[in-house]
Amino acid sequence: MTYTDYTTGAPVVDTKAPQGPVHERWDKRRFEAKLVNPANRRKHTVIVVGTGLAGGSAGATLAEQGYHVVQFCYQDSPRRAHSIAAQGGINAAKNYRNDGDSVHRLFYDTVKGGDFRARESNVHRLAQISVEIIDQCVAQGVPFAREYGGLLDTRSFGGVQVSRTFYARGQTGQQLLLGAYQALSRQIAAGNVEMHPRTEMLDLIVVDGRARGIVARDLITGRIDTYFADAVVLASGGYGNVFYLSTNAMNSNATAIWRAHRRGAWFANPCFTQIHPTCIPRTGDHQSKLTLMSESLRNDGRIWVPKAKGDDRPPHEIPEDERDYYLERIYPSFGNLVPRDIASRAAKNVCDEGRGVGPGGQGVYLDFADAIKRMGRGAVEAKYGNLFDMYQRITDEDPYQVPMRIYPAVHYTMGGLWVDYDLQTTIPGLFAIGEANFSDHGANRLGASALMQGLADGYFVLPATINDYLARNPLGDQVDAGHPVVQEVLAETEDRLHLLLSVDGDRTPDSFHREVGELMWEFCGMARTDSGLRKALERIPQIREEFWRRIKVPGTGEEFNQSLEKANRVVDYLELAELMCLDALHRAESCGGHFREESQTPDGEAARKDDEFAYAAAWEFNGTGEAPTLHKEDLVFEYVHPTQRSYA
Amino acid sequence: MKLTLRVWRQKNADAEGAMSTYEVDGISPDMSFLEMLDTLNEELILKGEDPVAFDHDCREGICGACSLVINGDAHGPERTTTCQLHMRSFSDGDTIDIEPWRASAFPVIKDLVVDRSAFDRIIQAGGYITAPTGAAPEAHATPVPKPDADFAFEHAECIGCGACVAACPNGAAMLFTSAKVNHLNVLPQGAPERETRVLDMVAQMDEEGFGGCTLTGECATACPKGIPLMSITSMNKEWLRATRRVGKR
Amino acid sequence: MARTVWDSTLGKKTVMAVSGLIMLLYLVAHMIGNLKIYFGAGEFNAYGHWLRTVGEPFMHYEWTLWLIRVVLVAAVVAHAVSAYQLSRRDIRARPSKYVHKRPRASYATRTMRWGGIILGLFIVWHVLDLTTGTVHSGGFQEGHPYQNVVDTFSTWYGNVIYIVAMLALGLHIRHGFWSAAQTLGAGSRTRDRALKIVANVLALLLTAGFIAVPVGVMTGVVS
Repeated sequence: MTYTDYTTGAPVVDTKAPQGPVHERWDKRRFEAKLVNPANRRKHTVIVVGTGLAGGSAGATLAEQGYHVVQFCYQDSPRRAHSIAAQGGINAAKNYRNDGDSVHRLFYDTVKGGDFRARESNVHRLAQISVEIIDQCVAQGVPFAREYGGLLDTRSFGGVQVSRTFYARGQTGQQLLLGAYQALSRQIAAGNVEMHPRTEMLDLIVVDGRARGIVARDLITGRIDTYFADAVVLASGGYGNVFYLSTNAMNSNATAIWRAHRRGAWFANPCFTQIHPTCIPRTGDHQSKLTLMSESLRNDGRIWVPKAKGDDRPPHEIPEDERDYYLERIYPSFGNLVPRDIASRAAKNVCDEGRGVGPGGQGVYLDFADAIKRMGRGAVEAKYGNLFDMYQRITDEDPYQVPMRIYPAVHYTMGGLWVDYDLQTTIPGLFAIGEANFSDHGANRLGASALMQGLADGYFVLPATINDYLARNPLGDQVDAGHPVVQEVLAETEDRLHLLLSVDGDRTPDSFHREVGELMWEFCGMARTDSGLRKALERIPQIREEFWRRIKVPGTGEEFNQSLEKANRVVDYLELAELMCLDALHRAESCGGHFREESQTPDGEAARKDDEFAYAAAWEFNGTGEAPTLHKEDLVFEYVHPTQRSYA
Repeated sequence: MKLTLRVWRQKNADAEGAMSTYEVDGISPDMSFLEMLDTLNEELILKGEDPVAFDHDCREGICGACSLVINGDAHGPERTTTCQLHMRSFSDGDTIDIEPWRASAFPVIKDLVVDRSAFDRIIQAGGYITAPTGAAPEAHATPVPKPDADFAFEHAECIGCGACVAACPNGAAMLFTSAKVNHLNVLPQGAPERETRVLDMVAQMDEEGFGGCTLTGECATACPKGIPLMSITSMNKEWLRATRRVGKR
Repeated sequence: MARTVWDSTLGKKTVMAVSGLIMLLYLVAHMIGNLKIYFGAGEFNAYGHWLRTVGEPFMHYEWTLWLIRVVLVAAVVAHAVSAYQLSRRDIRARPSKYVHKRPRASYATRTMRWGGIILGLFIVWHVLDLTTGTVHSGGFQEGHPYQNVVDTFSTWYGNVIYIVAMLALGLHIRHGFWSAAQTLGAGSRTRDRALKIVANVLALLLTAGFIAVPVGVMTGVVS
């Protein structure tokens, strides 16, 4: 039986999902959830993996509630989690502008923006909580942008018609993360959180069907240890680094969620990847990561390529009538402001036609010449100065003189571990929050919604729902390092690292990462086809086999060894990539960030197939290279009725 | 480009370190400094040698992980983070010295990697506003004058990289500590803990073994986020104010 | 309270700033008094005598002078002890130097420590020379400061020691005054230029004013 011959198992049902009117569901669930006696909370230990917006806020809040939190991050400080790099802003239905915004409108926009592949209940809860997040962050001292009256400023973001995005210059993620980090720091100082920086989770310990701890490696000494708890929370972020080049941090990885998946947590919608249209193109093979520039640039910049193939004249020598402003041509009413997925795909298409610009023809122009003419250089500088500076620093080109070059890059993964309404995975006691879960964004995430979801999960949802699980499980049944299951998991981890060190081949971990990443970008990137995905699915096991034959990891496991860390992460990418391709192959429709060339309208737009695919695909692991089992969770839309998106 | 690199190599915290010399060839001016080191490391791994360890993560100038002293300058010749420094700032044939942050409060872990957990402990000592989740009032209940909000933001921009300590001839952490004190102390939300915050954070800063400030200004020159030297003055003022007030209580 | 201030690096810096400002204030008065030497032995010696009778009849003979001396000694000791302790701490905080050397910070900043030591030694010499007369060249005459000053600056080494020390003083004040303002939280972005100008002017005036005395002797204007 080959990998693609997956079987379809029993449908998955979200048993925690409350019924009734959508706006009452969160209250209802909170009321029905059992509570833990405050005096008993100290006796419960909760492990939190990751210290980004979701993990940092969850760790701090659980500790405030009285739980004993043991928290991990691979970075040298919890303050460095990659949430810090988010630029744009955070959405909240505050309606401070009196422009017609409401919880319901944010709910509606998010379900629609996700191309009808998210749960209504979850999204509505997210919209409700959004307003509390802003209050919480302001109380913590997050320096949001303010107006002269001293009140908070908001802006419209990502083509949305209301101004609901709160921001702190171009560093909203940084400021929100530091807020969570500071709250966490307070709990660390109070002794309520035991923080383990530079410690990476390598496996999950499941005893009697419940998540009871993790195996983690101290990255300084190399010591592998076991940690036990009554519940485990994964807040380890997304898996965009499968693609090698992405806007993720270099060390962001999928190991925590992938190891949990191998231990029984189902993985939902792995193929839903968001590709952001305005990134700085790669300059050569040495490229290690890609840098995003805020999509607000598309408000004033015009995107074009030469009309002729292989036209390598410098941009200013290409006359106006030999330029193709393709977004304005194809989408006359939305023009350069079409949603992220459409803008990305259009850029790919013109580059595939051989009309791309810059090194390797992998780029399109984003031209501000007209904006400078219209508004004056000063106004452009005031609006985009910091982005122009960043661009100039990286490319050494002056965007005031020469059009910027941009190209899409992997930015966010909507897929992740399947969770119920309580954010619990299919392993009891294992929770996944933030980008690590399959989330509330459906098949496409709207701008400024990632920060909102991470903080909603960490500050408000998980701390309310985890009580129910802890209250229903008896205190005092302890697991210790001597338990045979623990011994087995520990031995497996040690063996894996030992094997990586002992192959002593002739290829570096990076070379394999790059190879699988390029394969994924080509066949499971912006546009996917049946034949391409099958090609990738044939190739991935070969790369995996070659990996275990030719990998070279210098040094030992008992020291600070960044090559070993990397190699171990690549092991998991090589398995996850396969599942992503299978999920993309099985979903023979186009929706959101997932574009199947076979499923498009006559004018080339994404065609959803609601009768066949209105479900979340949760995959059950059956062994490396073994066909997984698909469990479908049907999505029901009572409030927002599916329509085909149209931007022409 | 062809370059000669002299890199600080140190097996672990207890080992003696020394500069080792490496040649790298085929370096593109478009590479970032860290990508140049990636190139070196790929070669070292294939040769069976231990690659150079260095901290890095976001590679877009915001996480604060990267931390190299390049030719004697924290983060190198440009005013930015190491990850945003590009090889076009160097010339073919250059010899480049690469060293770790040096301060006794930042002990070397391996090669160019240092332990900056002292910074975390300074924040833990008081670099927060006590606002438990759920207890927050409506965000618009307390307006913050725009100049104060901007002042707070300017200081909140600190990425905690430690370049200020690395550049300071006294290994002082004044700029880092003052950035957080000023960010929180200017806001009305931070007012109730205004005195204890600055006193506790400064006490922790001393406790960690950072040096004192002689106002050389090296920190502000090295800071990739442009935290101004005047930030230290503001903290001194806060500290004196707090000392007077707490003394009266 | 006092204990916590003294234990803190910021507290010690405050002690340095306050003691430095006290000494600075004294130096301004001292420099103005010195310039009287240009008006002849009579006026200068009378000024010397007046210093001992200030405050009479409320104060006894020399009481005010001794009060000033006690305050000054306290300031010098506090300044020096803080500087010593802070310097030791600074050196401990940065035990290993960078292999790649490059010039750092301004000249005045870097010379604060050496300048301080030079000034400390100078003060000892200066007191032994012109107050107690212990190391005075030629016969020291109690109550005849004019002649004593002329004697001192009639030797080459007297001039060298004095002028070198006064240049060190200028550099020390240039950074020290601005630095003290920062330590006491008196600096601000709008005030910074003004503070730097005041520091430079003070440094220049004091150095010039003090050096004017040996120059006067050397050129024969004062003899």
